[in-house]
Amino acid sequence: MNINFKHEWIETNIGLMAVLTMLAISVGGLVEIAPLFFIDKTIEKVEGVRPYTPLEQRGRDIYIREGCYTCHSQMIRPFRDEKLRYGHYSLAAESQYDHPFQWGSKRTGPDLARVGGKYSNEWHVQHLVAPRSMVPESVMPNYPWLMSTPLDISDAAARMKALRKVGVPYSLSQAEYDANVTKFGETVAKQLHIPDAQKNLVEQANFGNYDGDRSGISEMDALVAYLQVLGTMVDFSKYADDAFVADR
Amino acid sequence: MAVTTYSGAEQYNFDIVKKFAVMSLVWAVVGMFAGVYIASELAWPFLNFDSPYFSFGRFRPVHTSAVIFGFGGSALFATSYYVVQRTCQTRLISDGMASFTFWGWQTVIVTAALSYVMGYSQGREYAEMEWPIDILIEVVWVTYLILFVGTIMRRKQPHIYVANWFYLSFILATALLHTFNNLAMPVDLFSMKSYSLFSGTQDAMTQWWYGHNAVGFFLTAAFLGMMYYFVPKQAGRPIYSYRLSIVHFWALSFMYMWVGAHHLHWTALPDWTSSLAAAFSILLLMPSWGGMINGIMTLSGAWDKLRTDPVMRFMIVALSFYGMSTFEGPMMSLKEVNALSHYTDWTVGHVHSGALGWVAMISFGSLYHMMPKLWDTKIYSRKLVEWHFWLATIGIVLYIVAMWISGITQGLMWRAFDEFGNLQYSFVESVAAMMPFYAMRAIGGMFFLTGAAMMAFNMFMTIRQGKRESAALEAKLAAKMAHA
Repeated sequence: MNINFKHEWIETNIGLMAVLTMLAISVGGLVEIAPLFFIDKTIEKVEGVRPYTPLEQRGRDIYIREGCYTCHSQMIRPFRDEKLRYGHYSLAAESQYDHPFQWGSKRTGPDLARVGGKYSNEWHVQHLVAPRSMVPESVMPNYPWLMSTPLDISDAAARMKALRKVGVPYSLSQAEYDANVTKFGETVAKQLHIPDAQKNLVEQANFGNYDGDRSGISEMDALVAYLQVLGTMVDFSKYADDAFVADR
Repeated sequence: MAVTTYSGAEQYNFDIVKKFAVMSLVWAVVGMFAGVYIASELAWPFLNFDSPYFSFGRFRPVHTSAVIFGFGGSALFATSYYVVQRTCQTRLISDGMASFTFWGWQTVIVTAALSYVMGYSQGREYAEMEWPIDILIEVVWVTYLILFVGTIMRRKQPHIYVANWFYLSFILATALLHTFNNLAMPVDLFSMKSYSLFSGTQDAMTQWWYGHNAVGFFLTAAFLGMMYYFVPKQAGRPIYSYRLSIVHFWALSFMYMWVGAHHLHWTALPDWTSSLAAAFSILLLMPSWGGMINGIMTLSGAWDKLRTDPVMRFMIVALSFYGMSTFEGPMMSLKEVNALSHYTDWTVGHVHSGALGWVAMISFGSLYHMMPKLWDTKIYSRKLVEWHFWLATIGIVLYIVAMWISGITQGLMWRAFDEFGNLQYSFVESVAAMMPFYAMRAIGGMFFLTGAAMMAFNMFMTIRQGKRESAALEAKLAAKMAHA
């Protein structure tokens, strides 16, 4: 059969043109995105990664609200200089509970994927309030309002419920709680239990006293709690140097 | 009888084109001012004024949304409505729908900007709008699609002109990208806060599939539609190659959607995905340059216009920057180059050589061509157009040179080792080294902004002049009628 194709067919028929255009623009995304949900190796099997506690999650919300990702990445690449500067390269598993991801695209400031535990709480508080008092060359904005704004904890549980709906294993029922005990251990599982969200949040903030001010829970408490957990969940000393190479 | 053709409200809906054209200039000035402001914050951080509302992190999406969606989007609505009516020789199918897209879209830009400074953000670059705004965008966009396709269906000629192919693929692709990248779960119905449906790696891939194709379709395919209509019009010559435009269109539409993952080289995204994206990025050079050649060669036989016609010069310089940044892009998508360039200002420079050099310049050229026609007059001041051209060109060069130097410097400083194998520089030393280039970039931006403000003034005067002329003409006609 000899079909004499003419482009004229398409350019005189808007329906055909729309359908063919739709096909042309759909292929790339289908091929590159869909398999990421099905290929097992996309997310490494690694111990220690857990969803955020209610306080940390509120801190993460503030991180997003202030647009920290416009200047800070959270994705360490497998290069020698980045290993020396920031630590082990980031694993996909480490952001598996991050809705949305915050890998970033620009380092006007340094990467924060493993900033947790590197500086004291006091350092973070002073640095967030007045960055140039700690690092004179810094161009970071001052964030004094984090210290003076009380943290809104009224919807802590509602936020966790929304995250649960998109797949984060926060527990509502006893069965879900028990599953979390098996998966993450009892200490963590308690933190992930939605009915106790506010109680857990207040306890962690009071115990941690991240902002150094015991008079109340500020947004600073939440943000510092979040920063201090970044990159600390996986204990890399338990894994060989090349343990994750096959997954890349 | 140019008068009846152009101002004849019966044949075409030019009212909607005028509205969008004016708003695109307003958003150009507002958005570029925001850009200059945040650029200045990086050079002189006291400008953050300890205020949540002006701090860089909240203000940066105000800049990106105002220039991409406000300026670029309004320019696209204006030109696509103009082009589709002219090339199909028919009126938009519904004035009501057209008007809805105008008010809907302007509401999107204003509420988006306000919501960012109030602290509502999805934390996804170029898609920071929270879910209620996303829904409004979706509704406006579907209306736009129906209006555009419906108007094409009512065309008076069998063929659909090539500019409309590009506008169509831009509208379809934007609908697809916007929908999938903004799938999110609101905290509750009365909360502006939502969490994205995907997480981590899959979320990153979806976001950069969106992010790069916002560039590919919103900022490229659509503006190519503009190019395919306004360059031949301004040059007074037919498009260089019909065949090339076919190849250009299909290759570009197909390939762009593969390249987003080159934003995720060396990350936790699997290597196969980013390698595939890199391969397509390099292939993409061919259709991109095919389009550039098609545009520039349209001028063959009329090269003298470059000397005599400043509007033509805007268009040709736009195409030249398009060619340059579509060469730079594939180069930066090579993993070895990306290892140096990623996370640095080089990326910012690359975006702006495309955004200022290509998108803004082709829009300026097209608006300079279209707006006097809409108000049935001549440009108020050609001298100001000349000034605008040089200010814009010098501004871009200052901007991208500053970002090349700072970007490559950052990349090299971060990976420098001393003789003992330790890191040679602390991070903050690289920050300190950026200061002169951040200042230079802000100054480049000021040049560009000044040019845009001149254009806004020039077009304001052009509109006033057009209105006066038509009023005078009407008065004259009325006098004649009375006399008769």
